[in-house]
Amino acid sequence: MQDIVMDRDWLDVGGVEEIPLRGTRVIATKSGPVAVFRTTDNRIFATRDRCPHKNGPLSQGIVHGTRVTCPLHGWTIDLATGEAIAPDRGCVPTIPTQVVDGRILLHVTQSGR
Amino acid sequence: MNMIHTREKLVVIGNGMAGMRTVEEILKRNAPRFQVTVFGAEPHVNYDRIMLSSVLAGEKEVGDTIINSLAWYGDNGIRLFAGDPIVAIDRQAKTVTSESGRIESYDRLLLATGSRPIVPPIAGLNLPGICAFRDIADVDQMITASTQHRRAVVIGGGLLGLEAANGLMKRGMSVAVVHLMDTLMERQLDKIAGGLLQRELDERGLNFFMNGQTEEILGTDRVEGVRLADGREIPGDLVCMAIGIRPNVDLAKKADLEINRGVVVGDDMRTSDPNIFAVGECAEHRGLTYGLVAPLYEMAKVCADHLALEETATSGYAGSILSTKLKVTGIDLFSAGNFNGGEDCSELTFNDTGRRVYKKVVLRDGHIEGVVLYGEVTDGGWYLDLLRKKEDVTPFKDGLLFGQAVVAAMGQVKPASVDDLPADYQICGCNGVCKSTILDTIAAKSLSTLEEVRAHTKASASCGSCTGLVESLLKSALGDGFQKAAPAGMCKCTSLSHEEVRRRIKDERLMNIPAVMAALGWSQADGCSSCRPALNFYLICAWPGEYQDDAQSRFINERAAANIQKDGTFSVIPRMWGGVTSAKELRAIADVVDNHGIPTVKVTGGQRIDMLGVPKDRLPAVWRDLNAAGLVSGHAYGKALRTVKTCVGSEWCRFGTQDSTAMGIALEKMTWGSWHPHKVKLAVSGCPRNCAEATIKDFGVVAVESGWELHVGGNGGIKVRATDFLCKVETDAEVLEYCGAFLQLYREEARYLDRTAPWLERVGLDYVKARIVVDAESRKALYVRFLYSQQFFQNDPWAENSKQEAPNSEFALLATVDA
Ligand code: SRM
Ligand SMILES: Cc1cc2nc3c(=O)[nH]c(=O)nc-3n(C[C@H](O)[C@H](O)[C@H](O)COP(=O)(O)OP(=O)(O)OC[C@H]3O[C@@H](n4cnc5c(N)ncnc54)[C@H](O)[C@@H]3O)c2cc1C
Ligand code: SF4
Ligand code: FES
Repeated sequence: MQDIVMDRDWLDVGGVEEIPLRGTRVIATKSGPVAVFRTTDNRIFATRDRCPHKNGPLSQGIVHGTRVTCPLHGWTIDLATGEAIAPDRGCVPTIPTQVVDGRILLHVTQSGR
Repeated sequence: MNMIHTREKLVVIGNGMAGMRTVEEILKRNAPRFQVTVFGAEPHVNYDRIMLSSVLAGEKEVGDTIINSLAWYGDNGIRLFAGDPIVAIDRQAKTVTSESGRIESYDRLLLATGSRPIVPPIAGLNLPGICAFRDIADVDQMITASTQHRRAVVIGGGLLGLEAANGLMKRGMSVAVVHLMDTLMERQLDKIAGGLLQRELDERGLNFFMNGQTEEILGTDRVEGVRLADGREIPGDLVCMAIGIRPNVDLAKKADLEINRGVVVGDDMRTSDPNIFAVGECAEHRGLTYGLVAPLYEMAKVCADHLALEETATSGYAGSILSTKLKVTGIDLFSAGNFNGGEDCSELTFNDTGRRVYKKVVLRDGHIEGVVLYGEVTDGGWYLDLLRKKEDVTPFKDGLLFGQAVVAAMGQVKPASVDDLPADYQICGCNGVCKSTILDTIAAKSLSTLEEVRAHTKASASCGSCTGLVESLLKSALGDGFQKAAPAGMCKCTSLSHEEVRRRIKDERLMNIPAVMAALGWSQADGCSSCRPALNFYLICAWPGEYQDDAQSRFINERAAANIQKDGTFSVIPRMWGGVTSAKELRAIADVVDNHGIPTVKVTGGQRIDMLGVPKDRLPAVWRDLNAAGLVSGHAYGKALRTVKTCVGSEWCRFGTQDSTAMGIALEKMTWGSWHPHKVKLAVSGCPRNCAEATIKDFGVVAVESGWELHVGGNGGIKVRATDFLCKVETDAEVLEYCGAFLQLYREEARYLDRTAPWLERVGLDYVKARIVVDAESRKALYVRFLYSQQFFQNDPWAENSKQEAPNSEFALLATVDA
């Protein structure tokens, strides 16, 4: 089992069930909106809500596998790495998440690699 | 050499594939030698008969089949008499006589008269509605019949019969296939592969009558069906005979040439008269006649050698080993050689019943004697090559069935590479195009796509089975510059086409997206952003009453019932029925704009008002206020019914002939809320001045004194397309019925993201007319299905969304954090 690190940097932002399967919800933060994604297999990912192409809201895209397709011009982003899928190139900052007892924890100070 | 001596006269009888190929080969070798004269029974230039199957199936046009245009004949000094068959050969006088009475003398004569369809000796053959499947006239007859009639019977379950049946089915007919044997294509497939094929075609909707001997064609003024020897009767308004072909030897027989089944030729393609040659399906060589083009092209080369280089030619034709492919999109099968084996043969078989993949290789004395592949055919060419070379396969027998890649991995053969093929290796059997020709053309013309290579060389343009090889050549020539053509499948998650997916959703009663993906073997568990919205629509359309819409498979605009803008805010467009509004509505809109601080208000091109720049979390509140004033969603965001534009019409306009505004409103009330493969726009104009621009709409109505003209398949956009005229109707009720039926046909049959225009161009106006105008029953049924579906979808999504302003809705933030 994975060790769960609890410190004051991990913030409880809501329950897994509050995000639809293959869906996304948005969290407002001081440094801008964060998109929180839930995949078919119940994994949770978070990225800045800003497409590397032209800042489109990734939270409004279609989630498939561990990817999201941006609604504005169709770039597809890998949720785990934040990288755009070739041939497009670019990267959105990702934010570490973990799920404890059905609650989503977000690492707030580490706003991406 | 004396350049002005008169040229020898070559007369060619038959303007078909073998004859003209021989002429092409002669031109390459020694063009000045002959003055060539060609007589053809058909009133056409030389065309690719193979492609008639694709023409019938609606995948190609007749124009695409032309091999040599009229200009080619002219440029090469060839005299062509098309539509004027030869009726007699006088070998003593060395002349031929044509039907129109033209007498032409020859030094050399080439017989290339092809074959005739076999006609069984049964009663009723003279009724209208019976055809064969051999030439353009037959295809024309079938296409016309498919627009006027519903049911077809195809007699013969061989290659040709199945391609005919498939084409007729694709043109909307219900098709029965009668086959004498208990296995389809028994000359090319064994029982297991034939069974798999039958199952697949059966699932696609063909009806099979196996072990069926046709005894009589029924009907009085026109065919009405067929009766089989065992008493079964099958209704049909078209009967297509495809039971086989027989070499066309009438002329040769009258001229007393040596005949057996075909015109007997030697290895140099000469008949029993040394001045007369024969090539193609009419020729019989070493006791065999052929019915595929690859051997005919080999014959053409040898024949050209002996005609053009007579004195020095040494080549000889030694017979051909054939391979087969069925040109039915999505069905992969391959067979070659003697695949039924025999006493001294052994067999290797592989049968994956789940995936429906079957392979059989027949071995004799360590080499391959025959092969049948179903479902997975990539190694067909490799087996054929081993078979032709009689290579000893014993060292890698264990891996043989798994294909060349596995055998290569075992270290037994060199990995497959087109680079290893010799320059003169024939890549495309149908068109006789060899490797060096393709590579030279790619280089000379800087080609970079498969389509271009097809256009310039014809390689893979006919039956398509060498497409993979041509692609590999292109890839090896271009290196990194190569981009593979999009797969024929719906998206990268499946190789099934849109049509196949839709059919199986219905046939297998698949009721939700995961079920579709599981049953049809999707390669990615969740699909992708292109197939999910398509599947969601197909399910809505197939099961309007049952299907649970999947919001997560919809594009954001549809999910949020508003259009996303470049800054992530949304625009809101309420419906304005037929473009008519009122002070009350305008006041409500003004209030909403003020109360919610909406930055921009604009009149749209669709006769309504757009409020732009609403943040997503404000949408529910905006909608609630609009709803309160009776305004509902305008679906400006949807692959759905958008607007119905109208003009003022007879209520006000001095030219108006009918109340176009009221008609527009009635149409919008009937159609709003309907989901479609793409957006759909309607318009109604009150007279032919057409102020509502009805003739660039998906469904346009133009009023005239005596009723309404209906127009379909128009759009504005990048590629403007004016509508086609569908028909004229008299009553308002008819306008509604035709509109509902047309939209339902489009909903049921178009591919997702096709607007009506490209769909209409693909299926053809005749087809749409047949379903909507000619066949009243079909129109009524479509209309009923449209109305049935509308019961479930005429709900204002704004009302629903603003009701559930729950904290967890799509529109609310999950959390606000102070970091
Ligand atoms: C708002 C509006 C422009 C305006 O301010 O007038 C508009 C706005 C857009 N149009 Fe349009 N079209 C608007 C009337 C039209 C018209 C005029 C008409 O309907 O008579 C046409 C030409 C007629 C037609 O559709 O054939 C039109 C042809 C297009 C096309 C090209 C369609 C085609 O088949 O080629 C697109 C691109 C597409 O859909 O793929 C398009 C796409 C769009 C999109 C959805 C572009 C996008 O992807 O974001 C725009 C949405 C903006 C938004 O947020 O609302 N819009 N668009 C009009 C809304 C009408 C309405 O009341 O619903
Ligand atoms: C629908 C269809 C699909 C096919 N698919 C394939 C396939 O996928 N692969 C494959 O290898 N083969 C296929 N074939 C077979 C292939 O088309 C034939 O093998 C090939 O066309 C035969 O060439 P040919 O020149 O011998 O005969 P044809 O092409 O038939 O040419 C003979 C010509 O001679 C004319 N003629 C006859 N008598 C006279 C006369 N007295 N005077 C003047 N002209 C005369 C005929 O009208 C005809 O135009 C298909 C055939 C059909 C009908
Ligand atoms: S279409 Fe005819 S009736 Fe309608 S506004 Fe134009 S001129 Fe008047
Ligand atoms: S902003 Fe995301 S694809 Fe353009």
